[in-house]
Amino acid sequence: MRQARLISQVTGQKGGRCLEQAGACRLFYCLKSREAPHGTTDTLFRLHQELGARIVDFGGWDMPVQYSSQIGEHHAVRRGAGVFDVSHMCVVDLKGPRVRAFLRHLVANDVAKLTLAGKALYTCMLNERGGVLDDLIIYFLTESWFRAVVNAGTRDKDLAWIRSQAAGFGVEVTERADLAMLAIQGPEARAKAVQLLKPADAQPALALAPFVGRELGGWFVARTGYTGEDGLEIMMPAQDAVPAWRRLNDLGVASCGLGARDTLRLEAGMNLYGNDMDESTDPFESGLAWTVAMQPERAFIGREALAAIKKNGSPKKLVGLLLEDRGVLRSHQKVIAGAAGEGETTSGTYSPTLERSIALARVPAGTGERVQVEVRGKLLNARVVKPPFVRNGKALVS
Amino acid sequence: MSNVPADLKYTRSHEWVRSLADGTVEVGITDHAQHSLGDLVFVEVPDAGRVVKAGEACAVVESVKAASDVYAPLAGEITAGNPQLANEPEAVNTDAYAAWLMRLRPAPGALAAAALMSGADYEKFLAAEG
Repeated sequence: MRQARLISQVTGQKGGRCLEQAGACRLFYCLKSREAPHGTTDTLFRLHQELGARIVDFGGWDMPVQYSSQIGEHHAVRRGAGVFDVSHMCVVDLKGPRVRAFLRHLVANDVAKLTLAGKALYTCMLNERGGVLDDLIIYFLTESWFRAVVNAGTRDKDLAWIRSQAAGFGVEVTERADLAMLAIQGPEARAKAVQLLKPADAQPALALAPFVGRELGGWFVARTGYTGEDGLEIMMPAQDAVPAWRRLNDLGVASCGLGARDTLRLEAGMNLYGNDMDESTDPFESGLAWTVAMQPERAFIGREALAAIKKNGSPKKLVGLLLEDRGVLRSHQKVIAGAAGEGETTSGTYSPTLERSIALARVPAGTGERVQVEVRGKLLNARVVKPPFVRNGKALVS
Repeated sequence: MSNVPADLKYTRSHEWVRSLADGTVEVGITDHAQHSLGDLVFVEVPDAGRVVKAGEACAVVESVKAASDVYAPLAGEITAGNPQLANEPEAVNTDAYAAWLMRLRPAPGALAAAALMSGADYEKFLAAEG
């Protein structure tokens, strides 16, 4: 166990308990841990300590929640540039002559869309019932090499599933535990991050189109992110991570933790696996219909289940909520939608950009424009909005 | 290591108590508490005139992470809630001992009877809590 390495447990409540809901700790950065076999972030861990980060256990990894102020770090990303340690994410290389066919079978979005080398695709991976096993990004590198990045918390499950499905296609599945990953995000992020590369590589890095990645100087540089801002995510050999981080700090890029990562992604309307969807929910009731490619005809895992749901219409939908009263929405709060019935928030937080609370909620399909949310025994008023709430630093809702 | 002024008294639920010249007390949350909670975004303070028992939840501090109740350290009547905190909840993070949440007039004998710790005992309490 890495418990001995924890500096301090984040306590959401005075008196030492972390925020617990429904008997299990649902705050994404309080997931109870398993032994983490990877050492790739050990050196980054010492750096986070040195920088004064508050460390929490996240799925077996000791991760920084904040370095100075969670809200300050959020604003740094929206207004300038911030760097996040995302080395806990699981990078998986998939190789073989039939890898493309394998992925067309494995995931709900269609990798046939990936024709430009380095282009990425966001997709769900489903079980036979159409339930979401995980959400992930897949990069097309060559016809016999694709790379997937899956969530840290679902690593074991995903790898076992992928391996079992890959066997029939002769695809080799390799977890890249040798790689660290940094996300540099914000309007100034790319201009600063490319200064880490050799001059000959900086220009091609800056020229990357959105959602495209490329191997440059031994690093894999991609124009992707989880904040709603422009930026890069860079996969690099583990020993490069600390010098890279220090250089980014020198360039004025703020160290940012998981706390800011959560407020940023929620403002951007981006789902978090485990909160906004899980194996018991399908993409249609999770705001992810746009990631499912039912056409052209393709036999992928979960297709038949989805076709049945689509035929009858999904009874639930995922919506955004903007709280009108004072307070903060959290996950697992009851949503009262009048005649349409009841639902539940799936993620909630305070939005530093909007200066009020926002949430995602799974509600009956007939839910209208206003709902009430039960927050600590009181009914608070909220407006239903279509996410995202913020894009490129600007509020999309008022 | 958090800041623990020696001239205040403390509760096990991380409130501080300052005796004022007019016989009322001022109450806030400690530096340790504000640090654990993170950036505060809302503070709810009680109305003047409310009568509270020792240990009664009578204010709420809400950070991005969680909402936390604040408990009356002793029995009495609220004389004021701090109006500054409605618009500036972050004042508690900036200076937890200046940003009082409420003032109250202790019930007769309540201050003497209250189970309050000295600064030194609160520091020991924090060290033991881990």
